[in-house]
Amino acid sequence: MATAEVERRRGQLAALSIAAVVIIVGVPLWWKTTETYRAWLPVSQIRELAKLQLQLSADVEVVFARGTVTPEQQKKVPLTKTQEEDHAVDEGTTLKYRYETKYRTATIMEEDALNKPTAAEADLALHMLSESPCGSLVIYVIPESSSLLHEDVKVYVGQRRTALLRVVAQMRTAKTFEQLLDRLQPHIIQVLRIMSFSRADITAALSDRVRFHPGSKESVADSMRAFKSSPGYEITFSLLNPDPKSHRLHWDIEGAAQTYIQPLLMKMSPVANFSIDSQTLHYAMLGVNPRYDSSRSAYTLNADSLAHVINPVEARLGSNAASSNPVLNFLLYVPDSHHSPLYIQDHHKQEVPSNAFHSPRWGGIMVYNVDSSYGPEAEFPVDININMAKVMGVFLAQLRLLLGVQSSPPPPGFLVAPCGSTGLADWELDRLMWSRSVENIATATTTITSLAQLLDQIGNIVINDNIAEQVSNAVTSLQLAVAELDAGNLGFALQFSKEAILASEKAFFDPSLLHLLYFPDDQKFAIYIPLFLPMCVPILLSLLKIASEARQKRREKQAKKD
Amino acid sequence: MLADDMACNHRNPKPATVFSHKNMELNVYGDDVEVDYRGYEVTVENFLRVLTGRLPPSTPRSKRLLSDDRSNILIYLTGHGGNGFLKFQDSEEISNVELADAFEQMWQKRRYNELLFIIDTCQGASMYERFYSPNIMALASSQVGEDSLSHQPDLAIGVHLMDRYTFYLLEFLEDIHPASKANMNDLFKVCPRSQCVSTPGHRTDLFQRDPGSVLITDFFGSVRKVEITTEAVNLTDPIKQVEERFLRIFQGKLQCRETCLVSDYVPGIAGPKGRALQLYIHHSDYYYVLINLLPIEFP
Repeated sequence: MATAEVERRRGQLAALSIAAVVIIVGVPLWWKTTETYRAWLPVSQIRELAKLQLQLSADVEVVFARGTVTPEQQKKVPLTKTQEEDHAVDEGTTLKYRYETKYRTATIMEEDALNKPTAAEADLALHMLSESPCGSLVIYVIPESSSLLHEDVKVYVGQRRTALLRVVAQMRTAKTFEQLLDRLQPHIIQVLRIMSFSRADITAALSDRVRFHPGSKESVADSMRAFKSSPGYEITFSLLNPDPKSHRLHWDIEGAAQTYIQPLLMKMSPVANFSIDSQTLHYAMLGVNPRYDSSRSAYTLNADSLAHVINPVEARLGSNAASSNPVLNFLLYVPDSHHSPLYIQDHHKQEVPSNAFHSPRWGGIMVYNVDSSYGPEAEFPVDININMAKVMGVFLAQLRLLLGVQSSPPPPGFLVAPCGSTGLADWELDRLMWSRSVENIATATTTITSLAQLLDQIGNIVINDNIAEQVSNAVTSLQLAVAELDAGNLGFALQFSKEAILASEKAFFDPSLLHLLYFPDDQKFAIYIPLFLPMCVPILLSLLKIASEARQKRREKQAKKD
Repeated sequence: MLADDMACNHRNPKPATVFSHKNMELNVYGDDVEVDYRGYEVTVENFLRVLTGRLPPSTPRSKRLLSDDRSNILIYLTGHGGNGFLKFQDSEEISNVELADAFEQMWQKRRYNELLFIIDTCQGASMYERFYSPNIMALASSQVGEDSLSHQPDLAIGVHLMDRYTFYLLEFLEDIHPASKANMNDLFKVCPRSQCVSTPGHRTDLFQRDPGSVLITDFFGSVRKVEITTEAVNLTDPIKQVEERFLRIFQGKLQCRETCLVSDYVPGIAGPKGRALQLYIHHSDYYYVLINLLPIEFP
């Protein structure tokens, strides 16, 4: 009797202790070992970033030349005013445009500069006097009688950061200074829209965050043309020679790239890094047959067939295998002697003066005819030197379009100075920097917020320390970039936005973040049940037995009491 | 991505060719076929990595999907499959949920503008049931519960050469030239039940445009948008270029000539010790100094 009791006691104790070990030690151990390592992410800061509030500020100086203000009005000058404009793009994104305008009169040296015979010389002379920092503008208001501008030209936009605005009749009749400023305001706003940032540009730059609903076909084409912001670009120049038997082509691409392209790329170095390479392809044909036009005694390619030219050629173009930067291809095609001269026709069957076409986000192709440089009795192969200045002029124009430098045509009455020999005006660079900063910030915020959402949704992706570090870096850089934009330091804002984008892309595209294991619930049960059920059944049964025995004993005790 | 073990298989009587029909008219393994992933590289993991862009940094360009928000992507899958999965190389499966999640991640990062998904397996329609990202159009060769059948065997080789849906799709596409205006409604009519035995299906509810307005050449044939270049930059004499690279010194203060991000007002003439600065032009109060592209140490 006693031993049976002892045995039973021992049995109960064994069952209870096994259950205790399983629950207290086993379950936490199993939980810990099947846990995935997830480093800490600044989730609250990321959620704040989802609501983007940007402020773009530009410094504007308005300088009144002699003859534009009355002596009475002159007493009010110098004056500083700040204008703000709100722009709510959608519920998650709000923008504020801030212009801090200083009004003053011109100095004697500036007056001398404004007395130069042509607007271009005046522009150069004004630039020699003082240099405007990045992101700022100077507008010189010149009297109606000034001979600098042609009759129907109201505004001259220079190559650096200055513009000349001619006073029109309404402005002259203003009595007080405030009236004059009011009448001047819409013209100044027009100039600012061209030379710094405009709503359309900034909304297009935000296309990553905000689904862009363009109004017209032109704005669709404009938004599609330029490459997206990237830390680096590769530029490849290719010479296509389909007929090496007839033409032996020489092109000084190194010298030409160094002289004509490199200044533009150096000027754009705050925006991105560029690398240039070149190649020559022999026996490379265009995939399209040109048609012979007897009225011009030349071969023509019409605009519709141009779309099919690129694909057959592209297969043979090499590219730098090591980098994943976007590639801009510039091809120079010299037609073979049987199909020379070859001209490109536009949609209205007119000849194109540049004889070139470009494809958005890909590059450009130029057709260079050499039939005029040799006669019919020439001995083949003929040595031909290609005029690189003409070729590079076209490629530079295409490069400007593809990088997003060129803007829409200016409103009537505006004369924009042709870009200097670097190919880029200072204010165009500022515009590009504004839109690139905004684009980078928008892209980085969407990347970080969608990464955080993804990691939240999928519970068993491992988050390594390096990813957490990149995310924290990205968040910090973003906050700094937004702060610098607020303060108006365009250069620093762009730099921080580039760092933010690099860090966020590195974190998002980290190879370790691949979620491969998809386990539907029934599969999970199918894995765990064969492991845990055989072990749990005896423990559960013995616990149940102990519980029923304890209940029975209590009932007996009750019965005994009664 | 191909297993790529057929064309150069030692049992192939015509090596380096894969024909669509035993009459050997059309060699589909021709000169312009480019295979980026072959053999052991074709795994579910690599496929998802290519789609989402999460490749190791050493991956070359040709093995990456370098698409942006304006790229149209065509994905064509074929092989053995079942209800909700596709078999990879007899050892792995990809499920429709994984595929849908991968597409959603592509959409989050704007890696596609529009996506055309064509699948030719048994019960192919199950693979596109779970998609939830916008701008995806999907076609499948058979509905759930149906088998997709193969076309005709070539007794010289001993295997069936092509599946029915793929055969009739190839026949349709061979008639499309780059300037064709055929639209997606024509593609939906390819291989009706009389030819395919199974019922092809399609899904367009996620696609924003009307399928009748979508050209086949939007996804096939690589037809680019082009614009005529109307302007050219007038390039001046190269000698003038050099003048732009001068630094300007005014009253002993160095002022930067080119666009600067940081204000470079430095007292005195900054110059590294021991390196000569060439004096080039002296014009009124300004000294123009040519700096030979050497870094300048500021004191």
